[in-house]
Amino acid sequence: MKNNKNDILLRVKEITKRFPGVLANDKINFDLRHQEIHCLLGENGAGKTTLMNIIYGLYQQDEGEIFLNNTPVEIKSPNDAMRLGIGMVHQHFMLVPVMTVVENIMLGTEKTRGLKIGQLSKLDREKVNREIREIASQHNLRVNPEAVVQDLSVGEAQRVEILKMLYKGAQILILDEPTAVLTPQETDELFSIMRSLINEGKTIIFITHKLKEVLAVADRITVLRNGKVVGTTSPDKTTMEELANMMVGREVILSVKKKPARPAEQVLELIDLHILDNRKIEAIRGISIKIRAGEIYGIAGVQGNGQKELIESLTGLRKINTGNVFMRGKDVTNANTRSLINMGMGHIPEDRQKYGLILAFSVEDNLILQTYYKTPFSNHGLINPQAIHENASRLVKEFDVRTPSIFIQVANLSGGNQQKVIVARELSRPLDLLIINQPTRGLDVGSIEFIHNRIIQARDKGAAVLLVSAELDEILSLSDRIGVIYRGQIVAEMDVKKADRETLGFYMAGLSKKQPELNKKLGIIP
Amino acid sequence: MDATFFVGLITLAVLKSAPLVFGALCGLLGERSGVINIGIEGMMLLGAFFAFLASALFNQWTGGALSPEISLIVGLVCAMVGSMLVAALHAVLSIHYKIDQVISGTVINLLAVGITNYVANVYFDNTHLSGVGVFPIIKIPFLSEIPILGPILFSYQPMIYLMFLLVAFLQYAVFHTPWGLRMRSVGEHPRAADTNGINVNRTRYLNVILGGALAGMGGAIMVLENVARFQKLMTAGRGFIALAALIFGGWTPIGALSAALLFGFSEALGVRLQFGDLNHLYILISMVGIALTGIGLFWIIRKFTSRKKSAHSNRSIIIMTLIGSFILIGANLIVFPDIRIPIEFLGILPYVITILVLAGFVRRAKGPAAVGKPYEKQ
Repeated sequence: MKNNKNDILLRVKEITKRFPGVLANDKINFDLRHQEIHCLLGENGAGKTTLMNIIYGLYQQDEGEIFLNNTPVEIKSPNDAMRLGIGMVHQHFMLVPVMTVVENIMLGTEKTRGLKIGQLSKLDREKVNREIREIASQHNLRVNPEAVVQDLSVGEAQRVEILKMLYKGAQILILDEPTAVLTPQETDELFSIMRSLINEGKTIIFITHKLKEVLAVADRITVLRNGKVVGTTSPDKTTMEELANMMVGREVILSVKKKPARPAEQVLELIDLHILDNRKIEAIRGISIKIRAGEIYGIAGVQGNGQKELIESLTGLRKINTGNVFMRGKDVTNANTRSLINMGMGHIPEDRQKYGLILAFSVEDNLILQTYYKTPFSNHGLINPQAIHENASRLVKEFDVRTPSIFIQVANLSGGNQQKVIVARELSRPLDLLIINQPTRGLDVGSIEFIHNRIIQARDKGAAVLLVSAELDEILSLSDRIGVIYRGQIVAEMDVKKADRETLGFYMAGLSKKQPELNKKLGIIP
Repeated sequence: MDATFFVGLITLAVLKSAPLVFGALCGLLGERSGVINIGIEGMMLLGAFFAFLASALFNQWTGGALSPEISLIVGLVCAMVGSMLVAALHAVLSIHYKIDQVISGTVINLLAVGITNYVANVYFDNTHLSGVGVFPIIKIPFLSEIPILGPILFSYQPMIYLMFLLVAFLQYAVFHTPWGLRMRSVGEHPRAADTNGINVNRTRYLNVILGGALAGMGGAIMVLENVARFQKLMTAGRGFIALAALIFGGWTPIGALSAALLFGFSEALGVRLQFGDLNHLYILISMVGIALTGIGLFWIIRKFTSRKKSAHSNRSIIIMTLIGSFILIGANLIVFPDIRIPIEFLGILPYVITILVLAGFVRRAKGPAAVGKPYEKQ
């Protein structure tokens, strides 16, 4: 059946899906027109991914129907979805790292040659290889079919995912938060791939919570909140503010308001640090940074360029190979974590569940992880429960942690509230130095707003802040100075006033040496 | 040391390594699809038990009217079916009920020891049930006449040929068929397999149960081609050495075969030295020399043939090869005192080699990524 542009291709009618204790999708209606990019926007837990998993057959709806070309369809498994031409690129790639691109793409729909003995026939890698190259060149997707997936960059792996869906005959592509892990350049490239797919007659559902991207690429936008559809609109009829309000359900201030920094005395000085990663390869190759009280130093960079190792070393979790760290003039190279904390260091770690919290502990116990042995929480080696309750009650209120009680396990809180517990714990101590890694990853607009404001407050109270983030917007809106990390080195350092997304993107991609004019403009010697 | 000594030793090594190879292939099917099988030991013990029980009883019932080979084949089939049932138990516990796979495997080991010891105590010992003998050696015409290679490659009992065929077949099937690709994807990244429409748990069930048949054969071969009767705890840790062979062999059939041959060789050496016609010190020291030289030469060859960067520096390889050849030459020049190493110590040789190999060579072995984790559909 030939579809015309703007015919309704897929319609979802009154879909309801319940999980124990949660109504994930509540009577959702949604339609998808042929050859459009339809953005599905919503906070975490709004039900976007659940809805898509239903369309892709990973879940079954409790109520409601799905129509494809106006015929009701039952999608009981991903196999059904693929047969109907629906393919999904998941947020976490569904690729086997140790296998080649060819093997990953043919998995489940293998081609064989020679003797046909069912699943024991010989795989025809060459044929699939040729077919992949054909589809890839048709859609302008650069991929080497013989490469092993674990050697690919994130952008390449994503192209493999898209290619896999096209190979399996997908007409409708569901992209679940595809930009979360990409650099700005890779994101732009993805958008141009999406547009060319549309021109080739495909249809795309694009899931995200980044407002800018929605306005840049969508034909139509459907906003979900708490499992319900709030409304459908298009980019020319709406603004970022309006979309944010629809998502959160209240007024949200998107831009961070801050006064100019008033940097005072130097707090942290790193001198020519060299740090090894777990494979004993140098992850940090000579970094020197100075940060003063009352300023935020942002480190921008694609993940995996040494940020993790740098932060771990500064917080006493990893050994520094050579080089020195000075805090307020005192040599604290390879000092242990407790003495750093007692000197006034706060740390908001990247992985909140692994390093930030003890998930099995209550909210109140998580709030005293560094201070439990000090008065008033302990007296002569005995815990003082009263002081701990009071401390927790006060902080929960002050930091707007939404929890039914201070006694429940922190594992039961949402990601945003877990992060607020960490922020409350770290920022409630007197701070000289605050080290932050990915403070708002995966959080919704409301929590991001809150945490950003708290970080600015800490700066204005006189803390030196080292911020690591892969989100350029976060770096640009919070930092006073920015360093770009690439392969374990700071390849560029600039004042925030001189920085913009494109400039940072170039340095993040390691192109500094090819940008002499840019370097000159910023006064940077590569 | 002469050619007959080596031919005899290698043939014995192949015989001794056969149970390990079958056991390792059982582990391979399980682990490649994401299920650890600590219970290989128990499955092999039960395999040996069923092989003996079924062949002996069948022979008794038929009153010896049929040729003993028929009884032996019945024993083999029963060993495979019995072990498959036990493997199915492991599969149900670890896949359906998501019990920790190590614990589930341990349960099977304990269960196997309990059942076999009990029946052996109350039944075998009282009735003096006797075995039916072993499969005869089949010499392949013409090929077995070739000097040296003939006896090493072409004159074995039938299950040894079956073992080589299975290794070759699995090497092909695991890496070059849709079945193998799906199995490996399930062991590496089950969710990815699931999104491609592969039924993760069904794949795991199938492979664990098939693996059970292989472990059963591994136990059966000890009865049907070696001692012809069941002894309590006769597997004596071979199931665990098979797991070590699997890991040392890098989770490939050919690798597992090579590793099992190494362990089998050390066992064979221990057995051979007990005959008492050889100078123990001389043989053991020569073997160290041969091993060092052999590994050194192997690394040198790989350095020239493989594109991958070798983990070993040129200098260390050359030094090792030189020391190896020096020991080898030196051992042949010196007359060693004739010190008898007690049989008990010779018997621990395969276990010592296993520990050395595991501690020295496979520290960084990387198995299938999802091994040991039950699959939750979210």
